[in-house]
Amino acid sequence: MPLDTSLVRKPFKVIGQRVTRPDGVDKVTGRAKYGADAFAPGQLIGLVLRSPHAHAKIKKIDTSAAEKLPGVKAVITAADLPDLTGGDRSMRDVLENCLARKKALYDGHAVAAVAAVDAHTARAALKLIKVDYQVLPHVTEVDDALKPNAPLLHDDIFTDGIEPKPTKPSNWCKLAEYGHGDVEAGFKDADFIIERSYKTEQTHQGYIEPHACLANVSPDGTAELWVTTQGPFVYRNQCALLLGIDANKLRVTASEIGGGFGGKTHLWAEPLAMALSRKANRPVKLTMSRDEVFRATGPTSSSCIDVKIGVKKDGTVSAAFAELRYQNGAFPFSWAEFGAMTAWACYDFKNVKSVSKDVVLNRPKCAAYRAPSAPIAAFAIESTMDECAKAIGMDPIDFRIKNAAKEGTKSSYGPVYGPIGIGPTLEAAKKHPHWNAPLAPGVGRGMACGFWFNFGGQTCVDVNVTPDGNVTVAVGTVDVGGSRASLAMAVAEELGVKYEKVRVIVADTSSLGHNDMTDGSRGTFSSSMAAVDATRKAVTTLKERAAKTWEIPVEDVEWADGEARAIGEKYGNLGALSLKDLAKGAGNTGGPIAGHSEIVADGAGVSFATHICDAEVDPETGRTSIKRYTVIQDAGKAMHPSYVEGQYQGGAAQGIGWALNEEYIYGKDGRLQNAGFLDYRIPVCSDLPMIDTQILEIPNPNHPYGVRGVGETSIVPPLGAIGNAISNAAGVRMTHVPMSPPRVLKAINSAKA
Amino acid sequence: MALDIHLWGALRPHADGAPSVSVHATTIRELFRILSERYPGMAPHIARGVAVSINGQIFRDQWDTTLPEGAEIYLLPRIPGG
Repeated sequence: MPLDTSLVRKPFKVIGQRVTRPDGVDKVTGRAKYGADAFAPGQLIGLVLRSPHAHAKIKKIDTSAAEKLPGVKAVITAADLPDLTGGDRSMRDVLENCLARKKALYDGHAVAAVAAVDAHTARAALKLIKVDYQVLPHVTEVDDALKPNAPLLHDDIFTDGIEPKPTKPSNWCKLAEYGHGDVEAGFKDADFIIERSYKTEQTHQGYIEPHACLANVSPDGTAELWVTTQGPFVYRNQCALLLGIDANKLRVTASEIGGGFGGKTHLWAEPLAMALSRKANRPVKLTMSRDEVFRATGPTSSSCIDVKIGVKKDGTVSAAFAELRYQNGAFPFSWAEFGAMTAWACYDFKNVKSVSKDVVLNRPKCAAYRAPSAPIAAFAIESTMDECAKAIGMDPIDFRIKNAAKEGTKSSYGPVYGPIGIGPTLEAAKKHPHWNAPLAPGVGRGMACGFWFNFGGQTCVDVNVTPDGNVTVAVGTVDVGGSRASLAMAVAEELGVKYEKVRVIVADTSSLGHNDMTDGSRGTFSSSMAAVDATRKAVTTLKERAAKTWEIPVEDVEWADGEARAIGEKYGNLGALSLKDLAKGAGNTGGPIAGHSEIVADGAGVSFATHICDAEVDPETGRTSIKRYTVIQDAGKAMHPSYVEGQYQGGAAQGIGWALNEEYIYGKDGRLQNAGFLDYRIPVCSDLPMIDTQILEIPNPNHPYGVRGVGETSIVPPLGAIGNAISNAAGVRMTHVPMSPPRVLKAINSAKA
Repeated sequence: MALDIHLWGALRPHADGAPSVSVHATTIRELFRILSERYPGMAPHIARGVAVSINGQIFRDQWDTTLPEGAEIYLLPRIPGG
């Protein structure tokens, strides 16, 4: 029977409290075990040899000298990972990204790997591997990669979305279009037209914990993988496919995760560790250096975006158009298309169109990064929207309220919206003390909106009552943002017991059915739904056990406040049976008491946010200081408000770093110039103000407590909000992210000139 | 009752460029089966994952979901998250 997701209207006892986080003590005392903290008897150290060239044909790899080095137990090349993907292009790309086959496609692309008794020996072995490269011309900029004479990465990419399909291969992998109405007619109706071109540079998620794993492949055909990941089940399935082993033979255990933000939803080096372990017949630990993380794992796209908005004097947008060109790194995907889908989603425009062009070039394979693709598009759209408001002399919030999408609006990506939250976030922003506070001299204020698609997915939860009347919960969806606390709260709420009586663990892949990755802001949304379902089943069992104990019909038993009660005056002398009583007697009433749930959680609902930013710009250096920042977002129901606030603040903090400093810098040789935190600057605490939050609670009708995912949307508006604040502070419109001091200074000086 | 199924750009070439097609279907599963039979080029897209917007609410996995009479149905790419 499917879970009844009817909203619980009664007052909550546990949900909404700020309970102590279950992983807090271990994390602040160093007890928590991350990817690099595992150890196995006899383990080897794995290291990877990476291409120093942006684009090169691999003519020959000679590993003989490395293999002869004492202490080296295995050396692998692509020959040790044959293509078992059966024609699945996306999995073939995963394989080829993990280990180059015929060509190295970017600086840092893995070409071989070694396992040795220690890191010193492994490093020495890497130096003994001789790779004969034929260096090829490379391309690292989006618009350059689209040129007809650009160096070609793949000879089997023919642009999708063009009819008839091109006969000549190119780096342009996909064309897509979204929108409705007649934009050309709409522009003719406009009183003002603002047309701008924007550029955003490539950024990394910047998680503090590098990729790390411990692989142990046994000669009996079974295998274990301890790994930092957002999706142990997906890693299990994909590694099993690439290694040619049955999924049930591979047990993947997710470590604690030191940040992922989408970057740990993809395989990078894990198949190499497994292949090394298989060849060496020893456990292999592989930990990436920060240099490797930057050069060879999932940054988000860089982009070029052209925007045109036509607006009437009364504030009505008569037409809106955007062309979005995103690079995907060396392998094809649809990152620009997702940008095109989200670009105009906040607004109700009669005539709107977005065109996306996805491009491959000689940079690392792009990965998801928190609301992937949306912040890039929002920067361009929200900057242009602000200019439109200025052109007609309208307050930027009022301008957006006038044009905001609402229930019944045909969205720019197609469907008509049901009840949505962009309007309430804008109204809250307009009334917020931040928006109405006086500004200090030299400080500019900006705001922006953002949209993201949340989703749910496959989720399993087991609830078990221990013999002493406490509760353990196992979940397969990794906790990256506090879902263990939320699950414990949901189970406690349903059982009517204290939060402290419930302990939640993230189970390995052999303990539960498949769980989707923790992405799409689905962790708490999906897992709490499964936890409610599993607990309600456990409560049904508890009532049955009480009925057996009392020898009365189960229909005469109710569960309330953590105990079974017999209903009716005829049972007046029966005392309640607590969870502890029933657990103690479980062996004589049918065995252990548990509840299980395996669900597909759909109905997450789309998400909106509005941010306000105050920025001060130093006119002599171009340096921007964020003086005040406010996030307003709908959470449906904030199960644990501190975690929700943390997600809002974290998204804003990452967005501030992206907006002001973070940038992949490539040299003319196609090599990454700043592969480390000294030269790639993420924000630290002293760069940030206290980030204020306002949680709106408009219940999601598809979740029993009304919950919406909150993990991603908060990174969508910051680039636009900061760009608008800088524009108002310095009097220059910034069109290139990051808006770093040299770029801002150049813009100020150009304006003066 | 036939439903108008709106196609996103990548699916349209497999339906002779039509922005929407008319299908008699009561669930997402039935819809996908009929589309795969009628337009074989859509089958690989459906196998990789297609999201279905029913009256503005997006479903990605629950193929037993009912398609109400007169509902607005959009097929959309299955978007990854971070």
